[in-house]
Amino acid sequence: MAIPFPFSALVGQDEIKQALLIAAVDPSIGGVLIFGDRGTGKSTAIRGLAALLPKMQAVAGCRYSCSPDAPSDLCPDCSGGKNKTAKAVEISVPVVDLPLGATEDRVVGALDLERALTQGEKAFEPGLLAKANRGFLYIDEVNLLEDHLVDLLLDVAASGENLVEREGLSIRHPARFVLIGSGNPEEGELRPQLLDRFGLSVDVRTPGDVKTRVEVIKRRDDFERDPNAFRDNWMKEEDKTRKSLMKAKKLLKEISVVDTAYEKAAELCLALGTDGLRGELTLIRAARAHAALHGKKTVTIQDLRSVAPLALRHRLRRDPLDEAGSGTRVQRAIDDVFAP
Amino acid sequence: MTGLARDIAFRAPALPDDACRAALLFAIDPFGLGGVCLSSRAGPQRDAWLAFLRARLPNDMPERRLPNAIADDRLLGGLDLTATLSAGKPIVQRGLLADVDNGLLIIPMAERLDPGTAAKLCATLDQGEVRLERDGLTACHPTRFGTILLDERTEDEEPPPTGLCDRLAFHVTLDPTQQGDPTMFEAADQDAIVLAQEILPGVEIAPEYLDAICGTTLAYGVASARAAILTLRAARAAAALEGRNHVTQDDVALAARLVIGPRATQMPAPPEEPEAEPEESEPPEPQPEPPPQDLPEDPQDEPDAPQDLQEPLDPSALQEMMIEAARASLPANLLASLASELGRGKSGQGGRNGQTQMGDRRGRPIGTRRGIPKPGQRLNVLETLRAAAPWQPLRRHQRASEAKSGTVPRMEIRRDDFRITRYKQNAETVTIFVVDASGSAAVNRLAEAKGAVELLLADCYIRRDSVALITFSGRLTEVALPPTRSLVMAKRRLTGLPGGGGTPMAAAIDMAADLALAIRRKGQTPTLVFMTDGKANLTREGKGDRVQAGQEAMTAARLLASAGIGTLMVDISPRPSTPARELAAAMRAKYLPLPFADPAKLSNAVKGATDNV
Repeated sequence: MAIPFPFSALVGQDEIKQALLIAAVDPSIGGVLIFGDRGTGKSTAIRGLAALLPKMQAVAGCRYSCSPDAPSDLCPDCSGGKNKTAKAVEISVPVVDLPLGATEDRVVGALDLERALTQGEKAFEPGLLAKANRGFLYIDEVNLLEDHLVDLLLDVAASGENLVEREGLSIRHPARFVLIGSGNPEEGELRPQLLDRFGLSVDVRTPGDVKTRVEVIKRRDDFERDPNAFRDNWMKEEDKTRKSLMKAKKLLKEISVVDTAYEKAAELCLALGTDGLRGELTLIRAARAHAALHGKKTVTIQDLRSVAPLALRHRLRRDPLDEAGSGTRVQRAIDDVFAP
Repeated sequence: MTGLARDIAFRAPALPDDACRAALLFAIDPFGLGGVCLSSRAGPQRDAWLAFLRARLPNDMPERRLPNAIADDRLLGGLDLTATLSAGKPIVQRGLLADVDNGLLIIPMAERLDPGTAAKLCATLDQGEVRLERDGLTACHPTRFGTILLDERTEDEEPPPTGLCDRLAFHVTLDPTQQGDPTMFEAADQDAIVLAQEILPGVEIAPEYLDAICGTTLAYGVASARAAILTLRAARAAAALEGRNHVTQDDVALAARLVIGPRATQMPAPPEEPEAEPEESEPPEPQPEPPPQDLPEDPQDEPDAPQDLQEPLDPSALQEMMIEAARASLPANLLASLASELGRGKSGQGGRNGQTQMGDRRGRPIGTRRGIPKPGQRLNVLETLRAAAPWQPLRRHQRASEAKSGTVPRMEIRRDDFRITRYKQNAETVTIFVVDASGSAAVNRLAEAKGAVELLLADCYIRRDSVALITFSGRLTEVALPPTRSLVMAKRRLTGLPGGGGTPMAAAIDMAADLALAIRRKGQTPTLVFMTDGKANLTREGKGDRVQAGQEAMTAARLLASAGIGTLMVDISPRPSTPARELAAAMRAKYLPLPFADPAKLSNAVKGATDNV
């Protein structure tokens, strides 16, 4: 396996980094959508994140990576008594790629053909959704994904479980994952239903100043010429990021939110006319994760301000023709609402 | 070179020097530089270029051609049916992208490459491996290859998928009128390339050059960071070709010309503009640039040699030099598109990228159903096997008890097991807006028409339809936007639409009919929406003759009617007018006069009519 470009060494894409870290701290926020120009390091950031994530505990041998503390009653392996010993092992957090061209049987899982052919057994072979449980599911070029796969994903992402009814199999298994999508809007829009599923969204732009760009190229070049040395150089920085991520995950439960923050969040969503309560909820959760990442125990207006564009940008009553982007509208509303 | 080879080289059409240089650099670092997008019609010159390249690549380098209509199982890999059945367990068959490992991938008719295929290619290039999650199989095949895109488009066709082009260093246009000196590169043969490849890993580059490369890409409006990285690699390869272990001005100049120039989307600002320069540098002192072939040092093998062996480079002067170098290879239509204001926007290159082939052709497989395949339907073998598999023990048992015959087949497949792949019938519609931007229309209600189109675009967005935009005014009738699902693009084009000039009605109808038929040939359903006052006053030749223009328009309209395309005529003159109504009748179009309609009403009317078409 090739060495991924270190997450901490990414230049100029602070918003992507922040969004991914927030989603890693609190997976219930519901995924990150990264839309933007070509060649801005969208995929690089996600592959870098995979290497950065701290290990997690899982039931040994469970194909759905069940947690040993609370094995999901949905998991056919753990509840069926197959993994009775429930020995815990440390595994890497799964970051699963959904490659373009994947077929439905590999996404949801299907009858294990080998066992059916050789032993005549009807066994379930879990797919990518099972593999991604408790981790991340990454779809590059999400806007080019086949519609029937999108429908499938929507359903699973909403319910947290994958229901397989095919080839005489009837299986339910847990599939809770952070959905990460990336794409280029010029190659097609994303279906509104799918857009809505993402908790946070990032609008990536190519850095416009020479200094940043030079740094991008320089690091990329250094990395390509000697990936091992480059990784070693960034080890310290990576450890630091990893530690703050772990600390934030622990801290998350203890974080309190000041009342004014709730008020401001509601005010902001009202001003922007976002549909439903999901916007406010995500906003508060993201602010909490943001505070945790900065080692604070209280969510302040400042946290809210930093995450508002991420949490709200894609929730505006969508005007697909608003070229300036909803980012500008959100920024304007933020300036209004938070004006002293 | 053998006598025969020289003979061929002599007779073959000569190639432009830069096209040869691109081939040489690509041959040195085929996987790092990604490849070459070669714009040229099929012909002897293109063959000559390919022969020139092949002669410099290793003799045993695999070469594969990517057919346009390649299916995913051949592209990425899939289940090897014969092997699976004989082995009794799933066997993976490698796809084309895995097979071409360490080789050369040639993509003919790249302009017609399916965006889905292009995206899969991009993912493979980025990751250096094919990730397979298909047909019940999971596999990962490492692969790296150089790509040659053969772009054969005519002027009005769309370019090859931009995401793919972005990953290929060189964009070369062959032009039979441009011929270089074929003897110039004789020394750079296969052995020279191998030598350069040995030098390449040790080639150093001074930091000033990086600044200049980034500054130059920015100055030409090349947004992608990949372009800068590819420029850097091209400069390194150029240095290696010259046998040097460090990059010089010559190398970056060549790299700028080959990589940055063809990608330009804007003209660089004059040098005193602050954004064209690195911020930390002083304004350029008018100091004479050292001649490029200087650098008197001996080629040392110290990795950090370039640091201390030459006078400090002036980044801004370097950048100026690179900008000048890139000027030699700007795309031919750059100035024209800038002049017409339509190419503006943050990414002029991306602007031409459409989504024409998405979901078209024979539809997409959307699952399987039980049944016996009829002609034209495809048996899904894998699903059939899956359906049959659970029953095998039972059937074996049954067969044994019935004691039919001696031999027991490994797999017994029955009628009920057959599964057929279902394809989604293509229901995608493409709405083509034909907008009259002539003087008379502008006086009337071009603004309202624009507003209505924008509202309709929003509807198309919800239905996931594609839209296209044809505009006509004065002597210019053009497809301002080829069919796309990107509404941002449509909006941009529309906003930039100026009003004024005569009304070349016939030319507009012709073009609309052509586009609609082309769309229908792709299996999509076109719908035409004309927005005009119908007052033709320019003939096809561009003469201002009201009578003749009117006659031509009527003929064109009748021709359009015979094609049987759903058409709608929105009359944008102040009150219902005879010309527009007559034209609508000739086209057999629905006629909608819209006196004093606001955009919302207009939108509703058009929506209703379109649904009925």
